[in-house]
Amino acid sequence: MNHTMSAKSASDLHQVSDRLAHNALRNVNERLIELVLFAAAAVSVLTTVGIVYVLVSESIHFFQNVSIVDFLTDNQWTPLFDDAHYGIMVLISGTLVSSGVALAVAIPMGTIIAIYLSEFANPKVREVAKPVLELLGGIPTIVFGYFALLIVTPLLQKIFPELPGFSLLSAGLVMGIMIVPYIASLSEDAMRAVPMSMREGSYAMGATKLYTAIHVVVPAAVSGLAASYILGISRAVGETMILAVAAGMQPNLTWNPMEPAATITSYIVQVALGDLPHGSIGYQTIFAAGLTLLLITLVFNIIGQWLRRRYREAY
Amino acid sequence: MQTHDSPQLKAEARDFNFFYGQAQALKKINMPIYDKKVTALIGPSGCGKSTYLRSFNRMHDLYPGNRYEGEIRFYPDNTNLLSPEVDPIEVRMRVGMVFQKPNPFPKTIYENVAYGLRVRGENNKRVLDEKVENALRGAAIWEEVKDRLQDLAPNLSGGQQQRLCIARALATDPELLLFDEPTSALDPIATGAIEELVHELKKRVTILIVTHNMQQAARVSDYTAYMYLGEMVEFGKTDEIFIKPKDKRTEDYITGRMG
Repeated sequence: MNHTMSAKSASDLHQVSDRLAHNALRNVNERLIELVLFAAAAVSVLTTVGIVYVLVSESIHFFQNVSIVDFLTDNQWTPLFDDAHYGIMVLISGTLVSSGVALAVAIPMGTIIAIYLSEFANPKVREVAKPVLELLGGIPTIVFGYFALLIVTPLLQKIFPELPGFSLLSAGLVMGIMIVPYIASLSEDAMRAVPMSMREGSYAMGATKLYTAIHVVVPAAVSGLAASYILGISRAVGETMILAVAAGMQPNLTWNPMEPAATITSYIVQVALGDLPHGSIGYQTIFAAGLTLLLITLVFNIIGQWLRRRYREAY
Repeated sequence: MQTHDSPQLKAEARDFNFFYGQAQALKKINMPIYDKKVTALIGPSGCGKSTYLRSFNRMHDLYPGNRYEGEIRFYPDNTNLLSPEVDPIEVRMRVGMVFQKPNPFPKTIYENVAYGLRVRGENNKRVLDEKVENALRGAAIWEEVKDRLQDLAPNLSGGQQQRLCIARALATDPELLLFDEPTSALDPIATGAIEELVHELKKRVTILIVTHNMQQAARVSDYTAYMYLGEMVEFGKTDEIFIKPKDKRTEDYITGRMG
C-alpha cells in the first residue's frame, strides 16, 4: 500500500517537472513573440516621433530668421522673392477654402449614401454598390486632378463664365468626390453596427424607415459618423495632387473659391521639386509649412477624439 | 355591463399560419385576446410564441420572405391586422410593444417618451409635456426621473430603462400592448416592479405577454396560452391552465417535466 503510494507520487512529480520545463519553453516563446510585436509597434511610433523631430528642428531654424508674428499675420507668401514675405495665412486660406468646398460635397453626399446603403438598399444592391464605391477611393489622386482640370473646370465655366482655368472650386469639388467613398463606407459601417433592436423599437412606435434612420440610427451612430468626417477632413487638408494640378499654385490670400490659390500641400510640392539649396530659408519654409499642416490635422484629430468620447455608443 | 366571465374580445386569431420563407413557424392558431385583460403566452424556446406576438404589430413585415396566412381580427372595428391592404404603420400606431432587452433610443428621457407623439406629428410643447408626464407616471418611473428628464436615457439602470420603454409605448395610448419577455434581462426587484406595473396597466390597456417564467405567467395573467412547436396546445383561464390543464403536454411543461 505504502509502496504503491510513493510510486504514484514519484510519477506525479515527474509529470509536474515535465510540465514545468514545457512551460518554461513556452514562456520563452511568448517573450519572443511579444518582443517582435513590440518592435513592430515601436517602428511606427518611432517613425512618427522622427517626423515630428525633423519638422520641429528644421522649423526652429526657420523661426530664428522669421518671427512667428510675421509668419501668422503677414498677408503675403513670397519666400523665394527678393522681397520675401512669409505669411502662412495665404496658404492656410487656400487649404481651408478647398477643404471647405470638398467637405460641403463629401459630408452630405457620403452621409446620404451611407443612410441609403445601410437602411434602404436591399442586400443585393449593397453587395454590388459598396465595393464599387470603395473602388472610387482607390483611383490615384493625380487622375482626379486631371479630371478636375480637363472636365470639371470646363463644365463649371459653362455655368460661371468668369471662372479661371485653375480654381479652388473645381479642385475642391473633385476632392469632395474623392472623399465621398471614405465617408460613405465608414458611416455605413457605423450605422450598420446600430443594433436591430433599436430600429425595431422605432418601427414599433409607428415610425417610417426614413424617420427611423434620421431620428434613431444617425444619433446612435454619431460617434462613428464623426470619426468618418474627421477622416474626411484629414484627407482634404492633406490632399496634394488634385490641388497642385487643378487649383493653380500661386499663393493667394482669398476666401473666394472661384479664385486660383496655392495650398500648404501644393506649395510644398512646388518648392520641393525645385532645386533649393539645403539649409536656405526657402528650404526651411517647407518644414514650417509642413509643421503647420501637421498641427491643423492634429487639431482635427483631437476634436475627433473628443467627439468620440463625448458621444460614445451607448448601446 | 360585462361580467368577469364574459369579457369582450379585443382581438382574435383565426386559422393563423405564419411562414419564415418556406418554414412554417405557426400552425393554424385560433385564439381570443380579451379586452383589458392580461394574456400570457408560454411554451419552450422555439415554440413560436415570440413569432406570434410579433405578428400583432406586423414586425415581420420588416424582413423579406415572411408570410402571413389567415386573420388576426382587431376589435371593435373588426379590422384584419394581417391584411395586405392594412398599412403596418397604422397597425403599429394602435399596438404598442415592449421588447425583451430594454432598447431606449440614444436621446434624452423626455425625447424617448415623446418619440411616438412626434412620429404622429405632435409638436405642441404643452401637449407633449403633459403626455410625457402621464406616460412616465403610468409606467411608475415619474418620481425617479422627473428632475432629470433631459438626461440621456441609456444612462438609466436596466430596470428603469425597461419602465421607460413601457412609458414610451404608453405615451401614444395604444389599444393593445405587446410584451416580449420584458423581464428576462432584469434582476428580481426590477422584475417585481414590472409585474406590478403590468397588473396596474390592464385597467387601461389590453396586454399580451410572452414569458419564459411560468410563475410570472401565473402571477400577472388572466388567461394563458400554452404553445408548442408552432401550435396552440391549450388556451384558458390562467387558474385553470395551472391547476388542471386538460392537455398532457401542457401539464408536462408546467410541472417542469419538459422544456
